[in-house]
Amino acid sequence: MAQVSSTSNEQSSTAKSITLKISRYNPEHDESSQFMEFNVKYEKWTTVLEAILDVKKHFDHSVAVRYSCRQATCGSCGMIINGKPRLACFTKISELDSDVVTVEPMNNFPVIRDLAVKFEKLFDSHQKIKPYLIRDDTELVSDEKEFLQTPEEVEQYIQFANCIKCGLCNSACPTMATDSSFVGPQALAQAYRYVADSRDKGKDSRLKIIDDSHGIWRCHFAGSCSQVCPKGVDPAMGIQLLRGYMLGFRS
Amino acid sequence: MRESTIMKIHYGTALAAVALVAVHILMRLTQNFAESLEYESVLANYKFIPYAIMLELILILLAVHGFNGLRVILIELKQGRIYEKAVSYGCLAAMIGLIAYGSRTIIMTNMGLV
Repeated sequence: MAQVSSTSNEQSSTAKSITLKISRYNPEHDESSQFMEFNVKYEKWTTVLEAILDVKKHFDHSVAVRYSCRQATCGSCGMIINGKPRLACFTKISELDSDVVTVEPMNNFPVIRDLAVKFEKLFDSHQKIKPYLIRDDTELVSDEKEFLQTPEEVEQYIQFANCIKCGLCNSACPTMATDSSFVGPQALAQAYRYVADSRDKGKDSRLKIIDDSHGIWRCHFAGSCSQVCPKGVDPAMGIQLLRGYMLGFRS
Repeated sequence: MRESTIMKIHYGTALAAVALVAVHILMRLTQNFAESLEYESVLANYKFIPYAIMLELILILLAVHGFNGLRVILIELKQGRIYEKAVSYGCLAAMIGLIAYGSRTIIMTNMGLV
């Protein structure tokens, strides 16, 4: 299944073109994935998502892709672009420095169709580590203020609060490729985010959850998760810091 | 046993094994290397009680560390409750078997039965 097409919509004369190779796969009736090729014009600001939407608009509306905000906030459009997990809305074609742009669904996720993958396991793992503040005194007394923190206390976890649950880290993780039960770098980084939060009192219960045969100890510190995060979160570091708690180096 | 306890043992046995194996290798340098590996020389090592204890410790440390490492690799390769239990108990049994056989060798040699 290969198709070479060209956009004919209005483009400025400065527009260059690339070959966009889109992985097509419908698990209901395809045995394996195949690539369809499209010739797409782009400007220096054109993102991969815009190119895919261009293909949907002009050539093949059946290309399945999940997207929403188009500004790297919702975490919906994660996919493998030229072999690396990236957000399609956050990746400019001009930055890829290639005449051929290949887009595939994220690794380590079941494919729904084409570029759309199932996020259930990611969200289940995220939910499992209790991603919320746990306190005994949930209700504030009337004359009490908010839970104040010093800048140093905020610094401990704030980068991990930037996670948008896009799943790129899980897609890049080599352990997740073989261990389907592994909790994953996303959930582990979020576990650290709450454990390191001075307002939180749920450290023990969270550490117990991740202290499993498919929990934190299965991370081999490849560091791929940190390399692909579009929000600058460093899950690999979070996991190592979390191990510090498990080994008694941190309290 | 909790995974963190197992992994603490895993890291501890690795560090201790490196230290003891270093001593074991350095002991070869107390005499000519080829000479230290001669039959009589090796038997003499086994008959020297502190050295035999060190060999026994190395055996235990490497068996515990190695079989736990194998367990980790195998449960990352394939998942499933029955499979994982079989791997865990299998590795434990193999570890005990290896330690028992190695200990038998050390004890017999120490007692001059070889």
